[in-house]
Amino acid sequence: MTLQQIRLIIVAAIACLVAAPFVLNPFSITLLNYIGIYSLAAIGLALLTGVGGIVSFGQAAFVGVAAYATAWVTAVNGYSPWLGLVLAVVLTCSIAAILGFVTLRLGGHFLSLSTVAWGLAIAFLFGNIDGLGQHNGISGIPPISIGPAALVESWQIYFLIWAIVVAILLLCYNLLDSRIGRAMRALRGGNTLVESLGISAFQIKLVTFVIAAFLGALSGWLYAHLGRFVSPGPFDASMGIEYLMMAMVGGSGSILGGVVGAAIVTLLKNSVQDYLPLIAKGASGQLEIVAFSALFILFLQRARQGIVPFLAGFLPELKQSRPQAATELPRREQPAPGTLLLKVSDAQRRFGGLVAVNNVSFEVRSGEILGLIGPNGAGKTTMFNLLTGALRANSGEIAFAGRPITRDQQFHIARAGISRTFQHVKLRPRMTLLDNVLLGTYSRTKTGLLAGALHLNQAEEASARYEALRQLERVGLGDKPFELAGNLPLGNQRVLEIARALAADPTLLVLDEPAAGLRRQEKLKLAELLRSLRADHLTILLVEHDMEFVMSLVDRIVVLDFGSKLCEGEPAAIRSDARVQEAYLGGVA
Amino acid sequence: MTADIAAILAIDGIATGAVYALVAIGTVLIFTVTRVIFIPFGDIAAFTALTLAALDARQLPGTVGLVVVLACMASAMEVVSLARAGELRAVPKAVLGYLVLPLIVVGIVWLTMRFNPPMPVRIVLALLLIMPISPLLDRIVFRPIADASVLLLLTVSVALHFALVGLGLLFFGPEGVRTEPLTSMAMEIAGVHVSGQTILILAAALVFSGLLFLFFDFTLVGKALRATALNRTGARLMGIRPARAGTIAYLLGSLMAGVSGILIAPVNTIFYDSGFLLGLKAFVGAIVGGMASYPGAALGAFGVGIIESFASFESSTLKDVIVFSLLIPVLLWRSLASQHSEEEVEE
Amino acid sequence: MTQMFSIENVSVAYGKVEAVRNVSLSVEQGQIVTVIGPNGAGKTTLLMAAIGLLKSTGRMIFQGADLARIDVEGRVERGLCLVPEKRELFADMSVADNLLLGTYSLRDRSTTRKSLDDVFDRFPRLKERSKQAAGTLSGGERQMLALGRALMAKPKLLVLDEPSLGLAPLIVREIFRTIASLRSLGVSVLLVEQNARAALETADYGYVLETGEIIQSGPADTLIHDPKLIAAYLGGH
Repeated sequence: MTLQQIRLIIVAAIACLVAAPFVLNPFSITLLNYIGIYSLAAIGLALLTGVGGIVSFGQAAFVGVAAYATAWVTAVNGYSPWLGLVLAVVLTCSIAAILGFVTLRLGGHFLSLSTVAWGLAIAFLFGNIDGLGQHNGISGIPPISIGPAALVESWQIYFLIWAIVVAILLLCYNLLDSRIGRAMRALRGGNTLVESLGISAFQIKLVTFVIAAFLGALSGWLYAHLGRFVSPGPFDASMGIEYLMMAMVGGSGSILGGVVGAAIVTLLKNSVQDYLPLIAKGASGQLEIVAFSALFILFLQRARQGIVPFLAGFLPELKQSRPQAATELPRREQPAPGTLLLKVSDAQRRFGGLVAVNNVSFEVRSGEILGLIGPNGAGKTTMFNLLTGALRANSGEIAFAGRPITRDQQFHIARAGISRTFQHVKLRPRMTLLDNVLLGTYSRTKTGLLAGALHLNQAEEASARYEALRQLERVGLGDKPFELAGNLPLGNQRVLEIARALAADPTLLVLDEPAAGLRRQEKLKLAELLRSLRADHLTILLVEHDMEFVMSLVDRIVVLDFGSKLCEGEPAAIRSDARVQEAYLGGVA
Repeated sequence: MTADIAAILAIDGIATGAVYALVAIGTVLIFTVTRVIFIPFGDIAAFTALTLAALDARQLPGTVGLVVVLACMASAMEVVSLARAGELRAVPKAVLGYLVLPLIVVGIVWLTMRFNPPMPVRIVLALLLIMPISPLLDRIVFRPIADASVLLLLTVSVALHFALVGLGLLFFGPEGVRTEPLTSMAMEIAGVHVSGQTILILAAALVFSGLLFLFFDFTLVGKALRATALNRTGARLMGIRPARAGTIAYLLGSLMAGVSGILIAPVNTIFYDSGFLLGLKAFVGAIVGGMASYPGAALGAFGVGIIESFASFESSTLKDVIVFSLLIPVLLWRSLASQHSEEEVEE
Repeated sequence: MTQMFSIENVSVAYGKVEAVRNVSLSVEQGQIVTVIGPNGAGKTTLLMAAIGLLKSTGRMIFQGADLARIDVEGRVERGLCLVPEKRELFADMSVADNLLLGTYSLRDRSTTRKSLDDVFDRFPRLKERSKQAAGTLSGGERQMLALGRALMAKPKLLVLDEPSLGLAPLIVREIFRTIASLRSLGVSVLLVEQNARAALETADYGYVLETGEIIQSGPADTLIHDPKLIAAYLGGH
């Protein structure tokens, strides 16, 4: 499928939407209106939960805040709905920002539990504040007017609702294909991955959270002016789970899934309301909840992937064109060869009674490949984590380019010019090779949220894409930039991680056991690649277990053994060192 | 607010807190052993109160129907999955555990009720009836996705709660109940009037949490449960089946929740949907303990009870808002405190 | 000699990546067998499959019983016990409780007291620290506890994953002495080690695993003198 064909499909879909009010009966249009309104809230959740991996049960509360805000502005105080929109958005986003600021540092389930709690607290507030009509709600909300035309009839507001839905869909797709959006898509890979790319995971989570609340606010504003009445009921905890159901049934991670999910849930609910009273008179309202919850549980047990990704599997592949040559991204000033780049002094790290790294000191000079070796459990990985900020040293100092980084956060260290790879490969398997490498350019680019959503900064994007392609070519993966990263064999996944690290234009490249699990041929190719990088004056710190691989490659070696530095020197000297032989082959007396 | 009122509010809060503490301890138990944040625990407490009220009124409680339906579903699922795995030999044992045992419990209740049993027996019957529900739900809902992420399990758990509320209305009806007080005794402590019910609540909370700790410390099964909570892989390598440990955890947790339901039923009117707030407030307590520490959870639960008591004096309509809003600073504190442990996890 | 445990054409895959391919090996009654190989060769993966923590294809026979339909716990009950690379101790529980949990899989626990004394005799350090939480132990003590806990289960085949990992030479020696002494108890051992020399000196038979495949096997005293093997581990030519 080409981009052209996709545009055609979008135009056709929009035409169908425009034609709908002229062919459908009023009831169907009302149904479509609600689907559109729920879609907005569900798209927000699809971004937050599906893309960002943050499960929120509180989306209904955000919708409610906005609906009540506009109701208060218009019905109670008599101002225009457009002023209502301003207050709805500002209030909802502010509350989201505060709640997010407090809770987004929490681990996954604590965060989600907190959404249950504040979702409930907000919903309770609606029913208990005098000015908001308590449990009776607020009625007499005026319709939205565009110029002189009041959108009273459901077919009138239909156009506004679906215009907003379509606009939001396009903006969201643009956003996900931009710098910030890619960072959002990386969130599910875990904080360590995200921060290693120079991205502040907290900041991106907060942005995603506020965007989700913003979409909830749009939904709430439209809801209030469509029904012309608000009460606490539609914003309580059960609605929170219904939104979650919409986002997940449609396909979490898929923006369009939000719309599809909203449609399915709304239509299903509608037909359940029609048929359940036939089965059980009187208790139908409760049976509806049981049936819905049971269906949702069944769905979560059996088909977590959701509908849109399932259907998308049948579509022909999208044909994308290779990035064209563009202006280069600005490069870092590299230090002169031989200068002191990294200095580790007396670093120590304990885990309970275990001393994993015990007063280790060493230096890395610009332009060299230093091998950090040692048998399993010698503390190599812990040392590595201290260097990259994934762990904090209990004592000792680490300085990079003359600046202490001992207490720096991971993403600060990454931005300072240390790029890393992972022993257990951390890629985004559902993103293309090019997108994975583009993640590496994050710290070298500037495109913000709005510019990304509106595609305003295409020059920088083109430069970043070109840079990513060049790095892919540099490591020998340039032939299929649109392949999914998860489809690569392990050896190439390792190499892809190196390309991603290179895209950040690092001063120091640190590789964590790059040869582990590779076959002989793959190892030889990897060694060749690393040699070519040294020829480009890149400094490399290599943590490795495989002696053969290290010996033929590095300039200098530091040997660790049970947490301490055993010795340091050139490969030949290390190889003949009796202590090293003892540590590796072991000797039983 | 005078000192007298403050004292009364404090005692009231401690009593409520004790009820929350029982549910909070059960919550922590189930979470650590199975990784499921079992939101429907409050519902179990409420259902126990409704069951007891039905037994008091000499009626067959709706719980009977609920247990029978769940037992049939669970045993059907177990038999099907055993048949698929080709393990037909294990079918009789599965049917015994998932169908016959719950039905025996139902039978015992049905038989005993013909003899107009006294209050203590009715309480035991109510607890007996409630205990199979969570293990059966575990089999039906959580066992098929036992390896899923905590987040997915939580999502399922929330959905399950809503299903249970609906079932609660079907099986128990919309009427609220308040059971007869377990004691009419009262006493003065340091000039403050304390009802016997309050003392009973405190005593029961102490006894049952004490029993739980004895079980953990002095029995191999109890130790196995703790081991599963600390390290699932390690426990499996000792031959401890997580599913089995889960069942025991659900049974024990249900007992704790059931007791709390019986304790609160004479104090508050309980409806089929009262459990949600009860459960969530217990959660707030459990979160104070980081979902991992029993004393932390109990302390947190007492804190919630006391705050709720004072909040309802200031503004009865906003007390729930206040309690849930308080979770935010608690979470903030936890997130600062948990920085260290997260680092450890990564190694 | 009777066959204790055999693996026939076993493969293990993580998604599309095959970490272990067509591996066959066997352990005879009372024998110590070692699998050596570099990091990432698939040694741990192979053991995880043997104990049932990972799904695998191929056949595994333990004491004449096909393990295909037997879960981890069932294997433990039959006397197949793993001491994993990460030890998997119960950090917040006391050393004594950790050891007691070793007996969970036994039907008959009347000998628990004696087993406990045996373990304490073998590792006096554990007796000194029996009330301490396992998480406060040093690396060597942790390994002793993991071994002791496994011995409490009266295993017929003890599977050890990198018992020398991260330990000082003195303690490594102690651990290997313990492993060698298991022969006299009639316990068979399957030992995975990167400390090749120590492993081969202790074992009766050895296999070399590289990138998921067995590339060499033979009696341990033959392998230990194989110049190619030694070279491979020190990177010489």
